[in-house]
Amino acid sequence: MREKQIDKLKDYKYGFTTDIENIRAPKGLNKEVIEFISKAKKEPKWMLDWRMKAFERLKNLKEPNWQKPKYPKIDYQDIYYYSAPKSASEKPKTIDELDPKLLETYKKLGIPLQEQQRLNGIAVDAVFDSVSVATTFKDKLNEVGVIFCSISEAIQKHPELVKKYIGSVIPLTDHYFATLNSAVFTDGSFVYIPPGVRCPMELSTYFRINASQTGQFERTLIIADKGSYVSYLEGCTAPMRDENQLHAANVELIALDDAEIKYSTVQNWYPGDEEGKGGIYNFVTKRGLCKGINSKISWTQVETGSAITWKYPSCILQGDNSVGEFYSIAITNNYQKADTGTKMIHLGKNTKSKIISKGISAGFSDMTYRGLVDISSKAKNSTNYTQCDSLLMGNKCGAHTVPYIKNKNPESNIAHEATTSKISEEQLHYCQQRGLNPEEAVGLIVNGFCKEVLQQLPMEFAVEAQKLVGISLEGSVG
Amino acid sequence: MEEQLKIDFEKLLEKSNFSKKNVEIKRENFENFIEKGFPNRKEENWKFSDINQIISKNIKNLSFYNDLSKPNKIDKSIFIDGLEHNKLVFVNGRIEKIEFDYEEKNKIEMLDDLVLEKSNKINNSLLFLNNAFVSKYFKLIVKKNYSLKKPLIIYNITNKDLISKNINLKLDILLEENSSLKLIEFSNDKSITNFINMNYNFDIQNNSVLKNYKIDNNSNNNVKYSFSNINQDSNSVAEIFLLSSGSEFIKNEINCSLNGKYASAFVNGVFILDKTKHHEIKTNINHLVENTKSYQLIKGVLEATSKAVYQGKIFVDSKAQKTDGYQLSKAILLNEDTEFNAKPELEIYADDVKCSHGSASGSLNEDSIFYLMTRGLNYQEAKKLLINGFLLDVVEKITDPEIKNLIKTFMSLKQ
Repeated sequence: MREKQIDKLKDYKYGFTTDIENIRAPKGLNKEVIEFISKAKKEPKWMLDWRMKAFERLKNLKEPNWQKPKYPKIDYQDIYYYSAPKSASEKPKTIDELDPKLLETYKKLGIPLQEQQRLNGIAVDAVFDSVSVATTFKDKLNEVGVIFCSISEAIQKHPELVKKYIGSVIPLTDHYFATLNSAVFTDGSFVYIPPGVRCPMELSTYFRINASQTGQFERTLIIADKGSYVSYLEGCTAPMRDENQLHAANVELIALDDAEIKYSTVQNWYPGDEEGKGGIYNFVTKRGLCKGINSKISWTQVETGSAITWKYPSCILQGDNSVGEFYSIAITNNYQKADTGTKMIHLGKNTKSKIISKGISAGFSDMTYRGLVDISSKAKNSTNYTQCDSLLMGNKCGAHTVPYIKNKNPESNIAHEATTSKISEEQLHYCQQRGLNPEEAVGLIVNGFCKEVLQQLPMEFAVEAQKLVGISLEGSVG
Repeated sequence: MEEQLKIDFEKLLEKSNFSKKNVEIKRENFENFIEKGFPNRKEENWKFSDINQIISKNIKNLSFYNDLSKPNKIDKSIFIDGLEHNKLVFVNGRIEKIEFDYEEKNKIEMLDDLVLEKSNKINNSLLFLNNAFVSKYFKLIVKKNYSLKKPLIIYNITNKDLISKNINLKLDILLEENSSLKLIEFSNDKSITNFINMNYNFDIQNNSVLKNYKIDNNSNNNVKYSFSNINQDSNSVAEIFLLSSGSEFIKNEINCSLNGKYASAFVNGVFILDKTKHHEIKTNINHLVENTKSYQLIKGVLEATSKAVYQGKIFVDSKAQKTDGYQLSKAILLNEDTEFNAKPELEIYADDVKCSHGSASGSLNEDSIFYLMTRGLNYQEAKKLLINGFLLDVVEKITDPEIKNLIKTFMSLKQ
């Protein structure tokens, strides 16, 4: 009986697809496709020019290959770069007008939009495939002057802000996947918090990759003006697919004087089946710029999904006294691979950064923490503290730590610690003695191992994340 | 440079009488080097020390052929006093003296004309260079059940005659079962702007002990690279200590494979750098079987515009359960323009292991200085005391008391 239950749980909870006709750009990557995307989004000319510049540059770039998880070559000409649910081409005015099928999908994901609006107090900007289909809580945010909309809308309505900040953290001249995104990005979120405003609610998006063979290229831009605060949540689930799907998003955060941005992610995309077939390639570029003095950017991530996760949410600490934080839990099971970590670039005086990374690998998976702490000669009196712990379950998996530590300033301090271990028999025995079954016991111990990071998540996410940690490791004890 | 390399290589083949097989392998290595060239920062291993750039900046008109037909004078004043020892003396890359006065003659064997072996495993272009241009390939064998009574010191001397040359040395050391060897590598350079490329291969068989102390203490302007490859069998011990202080640039690379159960490796090192010196220690400890142990402690004190790099890697194979691996690197930066870069890496495929690493860098603790000053020391004395204490921590790990004392003298740590 119990075995059956476990079997049920092991199957990917969110593995279903919605049958909605898609509008697609022709397959492949070329000028016409980029023009098509730009036209479909009704973009001004400067945006198209910007995309073209990125595309020109892309021609001279090579895919990076230094990462630990290797993957079969991606044929960039065999991807649809734009697909939108048809019913969204005439955007509904209220949620009730939405395609019922879409609503059903969200329900299965556990985000009933209608209820959400009333009950949760969270504004949801749901991205279904590539077009954002519903944005809620606009009015409440409008009152305080917060702009929270899709990036395409922002390009039309707030071109001065987008023009000023887009590409200022992740420039066009960045690495391959970031530049690819700059050329073909379809949608994403835009947030602007005006000076002195504390955003009254947690902002949140849910991403889903739907149409088969659709690479998804989000672009998120968050600007916290002087003295403002925002907490942004991002959660992901994707339907079950056999082909590998590429996801190359760009996220740019900009914090001006005294501003604070908290960015949390729970990522649970389809990791492939137990033989490692299928699954999402999650090659995401996330970078935050602490531009002003006393600014703060904090990244929290729980990475349990995707066949390959390859991302380094980073902070550039440019303003004096700025603070960067990175809290991460990465769990890999079966044949999943993850190469994740952060970069903390200290440029301003008295800057501080903290990195807490917890990696758990089980099955045949491979997990790498790769991080850079770079204290420049001008960053006087800066400190960094890094702790990365790995937990191994079984001897078929791997856990690796590759920190790069550069210190060019004698008045700054860097401390780095890392440990690798397994769950001790004593701990397991103790828990089982008190009536937990082995799986529950492992769940409990792992949750304890991750506690430092889970604490950083906003309430709503913490509960979900805790469940995820348990579900992800199911079947790994034996 | 390629022209020069080709001319010098042909000259070397012409002047020496290598066997046909040897020539063939040398040529292969030579071609591999020509193809790869000096490593630069694009290679992960050389990310923090671009030797291609360092050589072109420091050495003008580097040439590779070295005439070894004429003997060189040995300046005996540089021999270490107060420690009875056996000697191997290299002057400008030519072996000038082999002296094992304290040992039983039939227990030690020295071969001087080994033929290179073909290897597909090498992926290090400086090893290709070494293999191609090394004129004599030595091997020292310590026979079964024999422990050398006195330490062996290898003197690497260069004098003023040597200008803008590349010198390659290659030495294999085999410790047969139950043997032991204390080995000090000591360099003394009167020359400037040369590139010295050393390659040691150690084979430590069951129950044998190697203690290897690499002393680079005398200030000089040469660029050096030393690669030690160590293979360890069951119950063997390798203790390595690096004093990295004298040369303009030196990279010490240690690749240690623990192939037998209960083998253990200890790699400790100290950087004491001033001026524009740039030193690197790179370690690679491979735990390949069960119950092996490794311990690494690296400390550095940096002054002026010096730069130190530590890249350490612990690799644990999926078979190597019960591995115990530890690694710690610390540096004190005394000047604004100094730089300490570390890349402590763990690559682990087994679950029942205990592996940890740590790295810290920063300035001297002002509170500690204040404490000492309240006890009557002046600022300079207080600083010196703290630095000495910091470094002594590593030196105290040396297990041989005589050599420990010697190294303390070199570092002027002796009370």
